Amino acid sequence: MKEVKKQGGLNAEIQSRIGHQLRAMYDDVVRQGVPDRFAELIRKLDGPEEAAAEIAKKDGGE
Amino acid sequence: MPLTDSLRDDILASVPSLRAFAISLSGNGDRADDLVQETLLRAIANIDSFQPGSNLPAWLFTILRNLFRSDYRKRRREVEDAEGNYAKTLKTQPAQNAHLEFEEFRNALDKLPQDQREALILVGASGFSYEDAAAICGCAVGTIKSRVNRARSKLSALLYVDGAEDFGPDETVRAVIGGNGG
Repeated sequence: MKEVKKQGGLNAEIQSRIGHQLRAMYDDVVRQGVPDRFAELIRKLDGPEEAAAEIAKKDGGE
Repeated sequence: MPLTDSLRDDILASVPSLRAFAISLSGNGDRADDLVQETLLRAIANIDSFQPGSNLPAWLFTILRNLFRSDYRKRRREVEDAEGNYAKTLKTQPAQNAHLEFEEFRNALDKLPQDQREALILVGASGFSYEDAAAICGCAVGTIKSRVNRARSKLSALLYVDGAEDFGPDETVRAVIGGNGG
């Protein structure tokens, strides 16, 4: 109730518009689904040791 | 817990929202995907510390958020073309007007302090509860609430500083403005 009262009138319209824009921006990316590179990465790693080795390789290589 | 096939599937199912979170935080598509990749590697490397039955998306978001913050400190001095890179990540370009409006929104979002931006995204876009968002950011629930409120006020000041003038084609609002002007 406090929230509604505070955001009366035009301010409530603006807040609803901001919420809509934020979700539109976010959902645009969500709708792209899972890029192949991530699906492959998750499937190929056997477990923690291999993931840790990948991190070490990356850290060392840069 | 061990990396079972079902856990792999659950991690995979979180990838779209992890990417959306990363892009919303960083404003840069290429950097966001690097963050997601790093998050997935670290999650699997530390999978033994994940508690079965606990909130997997929240756990993954926590890893990404912490990586982003440490990465951000490293890159603070770099100047980045956030908008251009973000636009490239969209599959279809929005129509011209919508695109301008989108850029304005993106610019305003980038002007928020990092604490406020991440709180707003977690609660307003990712759909986490205040409690989960507080756990992800490592702060109190009340702190998250106040950050979200401040983020909303600041965005509305940045985007709609002239009040009704910049407002879009909303019939109700138009009617109100028209009525006052006549």
